[in-house]
Amino acid sequence: MDYFAQQLINGFVLGSIYGLIAIGYTMVYGIVGMINFAHGDIFMIGGFIALISFLVLVSFGLTAVPLILLIVLLVSMAITALYGWTVERIAYRPLRHSFRLAPMLSAIGMSFVLSNYSQIAQGARVKPVPPIITGGYTLHASSGGFVVQLSNVQVVVVITTVVLLAIFTWLVARTRLGRDMRACEQDQTMAALLGVDVDRTISMTFVIGAALAAVAGMMYLLYYGLVDFFMGFVAGIKAFTAAVLGGIGSLPGAMLGGLAIGLIETLWSAYFSVEYKDVAAFSILIVVLIFLPTGLLGRPEVEKV
Amino acid sequence: MSSDRILSVDHLTMRFGGIVAVHDLSLSAERRKITALIGPNGAGKTTVFNCITGFYKPSGGTMRLTHDDGREVWLERLNDFRIAKQAKVARTFQNIRLFPGMTALENLMVAQHNALMLASGLTFLGLIGAPSWRSAERRAIDQAKFWLTRIGLLDRADDAAGNLPYGDQRRLEIARAMCTEPALLCLDEPAAGLNARESAELSALLLSIRADQGTSILLIEHDMSVVMEISDHVVVMDYGVKIAEGTPQVVRDDPKVIAAYLGADEQEALAVMESGT
Amino acid sequence: MAALAPAQTHASRAQGAAFILKKALISAFVALVLFSLMIGIRTEAGPSGQLIYWTRFGELAAMVVTVFGGSIIVELLRQWWGPVGTIRIVPPSVQKALAVARRAIAPLLLVFTFLVPVIFYDQRYILDLAILVLTYVMLGWGLNVVVGLAGLLDLGYVAFYAVGAYSYALLATNFGLSFWVCLPLAGILAAFWGMLLGFPVLRLRGDYLAIVTLAFGEIIRLVIINWQSLTGGPNGVSGIPRPTLFGIPLTPGDDGLAARLGIEFSPTHRIVFLFYLILAMALLTNWVTIRLRRLPIGRAWEALREDEVACRALGINTTTTKLTAFATGAMFGGLAGAFFATRQGFISPESFTFQESALVLAIVVLGGMGSQLGVALAALTMIGGFELFRGLDQYRMLVFGIAMVVLMIWRPRGLIGHRDPTVFLKRSHAISSDLVKEGHG
Repeated sequence: MDYFAQQLINGFVLGSIYGLIAIGYTMVYGIVGMINFAHGDIFMIGGFIALISFLVLVSFGLTAVPLILLIVLLVSMAITALYGWTVERIAYRPLRHSFRLAPMLSAIGMSFVLSNYSQIAQGARVKPVPPIITGGYTLHASSGGFVVQLSNVQVVVVITTVVLLAIFTWLVARTRLGRDMRACEQDQTMAALLGVDVDRTISMTFVIGAALAAVAGMMYLLYYGLVDFFMGFVAGIKAFTAAVLGGIGSLPGAMLGGLAIGLIETLWSAYFSVEYKDVAAFSILIVVLIFLPTGLLGRPEVEKV
Repeated sequence: MSSDRILSVDHLTMRFGGIVAVHDLSLSAERRKITALIGPNGAGKTTVFNCITGFYKPSGGTMRLTHDDGREVWLERLNDFRIAKQAKVARTFQNIRLFPGMTALENLMVAQHNALMLASGLTFLGLIGAPSWRSAERRAIDQAKFWLTRIGLLDRADDAAGNLPYGDQRRLEIARAMCTEPALLCLDEPAAGLNARESAELSALLLSIRADQGTSILLIEHDMSVVMEISDHVVVMDYGVKIAEGTPQVVRDDPKVIAAYLGADEQEALAVMESGT
Repeated sequence: MAALAPAQTHASRAQGAAFILKKALISAFVALVLFSLMIGIRTEAGPSGQLIYWTRFGELAAMVVTVFGGSIIVELLRQWWGPVGTIRIVPPSVQKALAVARRAIAPLLLVFTFLVPVIFYDQRYILDLAILVLTYVMLGWGLNVVVGLAGLLDLGYVAFYAVGAYSYALLATNFGLSFWVCLPLAGILAAFWGMLLGFPVLRLRGDYLAIVTLAFGEIIRLVIINWQSLTGGPNGVSGIPRPTLFGIPLTPGDDGLAARLGIEFSPTHRIVFLFYLILAMALLTNWVTIRLRRLPIGRAWEALREDEVACRALGINTTTTKLTAFATGAMFGGLAGAFFATRQGFISPESFTFQESALVLAIVVLGGMGSQLGVALAALTMIGGFELFRGLDQYRMLVFGIAMVVLMIWRPRGLIGHRDPTVFLKRSHAISSDLVKEGHG
């Protein structure tokens, strides 16, 4: 039971990270109807920027951990958001009204560009960092000697995720930008006729998605203590799986899907085999899609005849 | 007379969530006759079509199709492609659904898929170019040519369907449906968007299909001149239920019908009254 | 008016210059922010495992200047070319010449391909490259059935390539079956896996299909990595037998082909043999695909791509139609996989990553969906171009990615965008790509 509780905590934390990435996929899909294959790599870039800015700050002699974390968070969100913006501007906007496969391949190409760019710029080796946030709480110690622990890193990851999600939900539900985004999602032509700047709205969607991916990248760095240029691919596929699982286009669905994938992966590793954890996540995706073709919270697609 | 029905729909009900699009509708179509289904927009006509042609699974009711040889098919038990394949019900769509990137001829070849599939020995005979397949293919091309001639598009056989003018696309879609050799042809607003001359041509085409091929036709139509000219029987729907039926003359003078149209759309109601005078 | 016109042009040009400069400055600023940390600072794990960093402001400045200059050049090119989508009017005489040239490409290319081993007999490198290109041509033609004809998006095509390769490798090393027995088996097994994948994805459309096929490809790869007792895991399978010329090995021994023919043995014989083997397999793929397009099944695939609802209304069983497309494409992938295994003599999961799927898909889309010649040209361009950058080892994938983006923006419908009808009465008109749908799957 204790072991299970511990796995639940771990899965929840991992799921938060997947959920943050999945939101970027689902938002972009909702508004331009394409899989942004480069999004996983945007997450990876976010991790790298967090790492570098952290190193620089520490070498400047900054010691207050909360301050460092805040600055790192803001810097990586800002710069990664610019990456998201640039990718959309260069690789997707010229193909906005093109055939469906062209932007998808352009996105795959962009994904290669980003991962190899960071490989060339920062080297192929894994970059480890010493634990930044240490300590934790012992929740429950059983007689068998197994201890359920909640580390401070986990607390930080979950709290950051929840706070950012709250801000983000507010942004989409209550602001002008959010309304424009929802309008573009429904009908871009009509939105443009009503005075919505479609280009700007789509750009902002990419910017927000990338900023959240940067948060995920930083959380990943804090939690696992390492980044490498290849981490975007697998994390990206899983986050996309999460978005599809939750029902693509649905924001709560993305978070729910992220948590589901995180839990499945952790529990599978804990009880069955670590090697097959990804196989489990993908198999469950396939099974879910067979029975619920539009995901957990997706709108059913009514076939117009 | 009432025994020679090709299609009897009984107590058909279709619900979408809480909305009842079609409620307890019964109608029938007679063999070698043209039956029109009319009604204001949103009356549920296309929903009835989608049930008959298997695109929707009805919430209740039965739909019986009786072939010339007396064989009966219960349409609600078949799904999608089987209705076209086994029950021989072909349809066209309100928004034309041709294969735009294929030529007119190819469109008509695709329509003969099931027959050709057998002739090609499920592809294997075709792959080795067996003579039986070659002659079957020639017959299929002749069949396509026959229908292209009928709709006056033989000259454009090798043009992409998507490049044809609108009226030609409408006729090509009907020809494509006829290439499946249907027992019942369901047309969803075939005259929509056609000008007066094209409408007249369409009426002539449908009458000739009924006369020459003996195909029974069920059609949804807003163009009252077409309905009044060619229909043998008219069924009027409003809000998912049948409000009247009978010969075009009877329906035209039915106060309930006029009220339904007036209540829904003045233009259409006027069209109903004018077309009778 | 006449006097004003030159002044206006002049003014707009001056404005243009200011506009270009402003754009370049913005680009340079964006580049500065983007590259500031990623290029300006280089991190590396130090000797004690501690992460260290050093600055590279020189490189950063160079990158920013490059972007500034690049932006000006791109903008000037754009002004010279006109807005995106500008149609240049081509004189009819040139058009006619182009049409003739276009019709001549395929036969010329085929003749040249047959002569490659003769011309480049002594150049092992070129022969190897030609074999590689032909393998991708075959893969492209195979995937073309699924993506180009049936309009079903498959991002996990490499799975069938892997199934074919491992089928041959395992059957040959464990049971000693010959290549010619294993080749059809590999094709059948891959087709079987294609059906297996087909079943769950039949109801899915568009991007759901894309992600499920991608997941399937990854599942196959992960199972190969982890099922060590069967597949050897990450170490792969080695000692895969080389193909024989219907039982005659291409070895220096007494029973080898060279000895039997009474000529001197040369290792090039085997390369040439492999070349003609893959050429024959690719041409078979091409022939079957062209044949299938003219059969009801092929027309049903294309009709499915154009409009699935209309297909159902015509009584076409869309389920079996999709399954046959998946199975046919998978079979060709499996055959190519078996060839890959016998050529390499060694296979490991590393050869079957998502990058391979993306590469083959890029070849199909760049070729122009559905066009056989286009796919061949695209494979030549992509693989050949990829080889040109062999020297720039670590920049290769970067250049490949940039090329994918640029090619898609330049030609979203591929090199050969039009579709040839499968049957005609009088004259076969090519159908413009604007009309051809790309499917919902």
